Amino acid sequence: MSKNIILNDKEIDIILQRLACQLIENHQDFSNSILIGLQPRGKSLLNRIVQILTQTYNISELNYGLLDITFYRDDFRRNEKILEANTTDNLQVEGKNVVFIDDVLFTGRTIRAALTAVETFGRPSNIELLTLIDRRFSRHLPIQPDYRGRQIDVYDNQKVVVDWDKETRKDCVYIINKV
Amino acid sequence: MNELSVNHLLGIKHLNINDLNLIFKTADHFKEVINRSIKKVPSLRDITIANLFFENSTRTKLSFELAEKRLSADVINFSSSQSSVKKGETLIDTVNNILSMKVDMVVLRHPNPGAAELLATNVDATIINAGDGANEHPTQALLDSYSMREKLGDLKNKNILIVGDISHSRVALSNIYALQLQGANVMVCGPKTLIPKYLHKLGVLVEHDFLKALKWCNVVNMLRLQNERMTDSFFPSVREYVQQYGLTSDILNSLDKDIYIMHPGPINRGVEISSDVADSKNSIILDQVENGVAIRMSIIYLLAQKKPLNK
Repeated sequence: MSKNIILNDKEIDIILQRLACQLIENHQDFSNSILIGLQPRGKSLLNRIVQILTQTYNISELNYGLLDITFYRDDFRRNEKILEANTTDNLQVEGKNVVFIDDVLFTGRTIRAALTAVETFGRPSNIELLTLIDRRFSRHLPIQPDYRGRQIDVYDNQKVVVDWDKETRKDCVYIINKV
Repeated sequence: MNELSVNHLLGIKHLNINDLNLIFKTADHFKEVINRSIKKVPSLRDITIANLFFENSTRTKLSFELAEKRLSADVINFSSSQSSVKKGETLIDTVNNILSMKVDMVVLRHPNPGAAELLATNVDATIINAGDGANEHPTQALLDSYSMREKLGDLKNKNILIVGDISHSRVALSNIYALQLQGANVMVCGPKTLIPKYLHKLGVLVEHDFLKALKWCNVVNMLRLQNERMTDSFFPSVREYVQQYGLTSDILNSLDKDIYIMHPGPINRGVEISSDVADSKNSIILDQVENGVAIRMSIIYLLAQKKPLNK
């Protein structure tokens, strides 16, 4: 299967640095903010953003955690692929500025489920969305990112894959045709 | 594996170790959910569940109902004492009438062994056995194992003791199946008259000396005397039973180790277990009750997943 690489590791790194700076611009010292990675694919992006904020920009007290939305999806018993639940952290969101972090924004249904799921922990002050890839013209719901890495146009029969390589750090984003 | 091998939960004997692991793993997630400020998930909002209890129950019925509501299912409750069963209606007719009201899942407790299996083969709904006579009580066994795993980790080669009225207990049989699937060593203890003769053929150790059995185990599960199922006199007196098989702090203090104490409820304080032992730090009886909701949410969720919506 041929891969059409749209972002290489250097480009991803530049984008992540920019996204981190945009977050700092809006959240300053993050004392009333929490970054929430959406399981499973948002976990790696969250880790990279946290790494940049703490190591490069010395944000000392950063609140972050993971949220799983499996039980809040709108396709339970409708999807042939059975989804396994993942871990959710004990998230302190009451009155906080929440930033959802996910790798690819496609239909928006994951974000809708996350909006329901996060409220089970409390009532956030506001919620923003950060995504590395924004698939334009593919939304099923009125949801848009506040922080976007790269906006791309992809056909319905294509899939965008974000490959986080933990060992070599040779991250890349590519497009493949669905089988 | 992310799917159960069965379409109904009729007994532990129909499950395999992968099913158990999946149920426990999913229950972990639900246990986290029910400790949030909003304890509800919307997964089963298009499912209706009927709780049919042809026998008395407090905690199992409440636990199932709470689990169903936490999953956003619509719930209807039925108790045989207030129903047409008293007028001579058969079990299958009763259930089919309820199913014609578009019920997807039935939780059944019945005094006759095999009632859940009978329903599963005769009606078009997912069946969960909430106890059928002296046969099986699978959800109790699963929550018992889950509670033990929380304390001991993997149960492989752990020594689990079940004490009391084994003959009339569905909890004992389901626990034996579940524990053996996980590689635990199981021993039963009680008067000869309350332990079935064939039990050793299941690979279970049988001991009549309570103190000896306690010295062997990591966990003791104390069972209640099922007086309502006893058609004969199985021991001379309750007082004599308590002297030989009642768990007291004196006996526990005489052991040179700590063991975990379980009881499926309802407890007869002062009979199979003394009050101070039931409330002691090694008692995990209330953990069992809390875990019951998470385990039942897990089972209902995983069984609902097996029945896709018609597109």
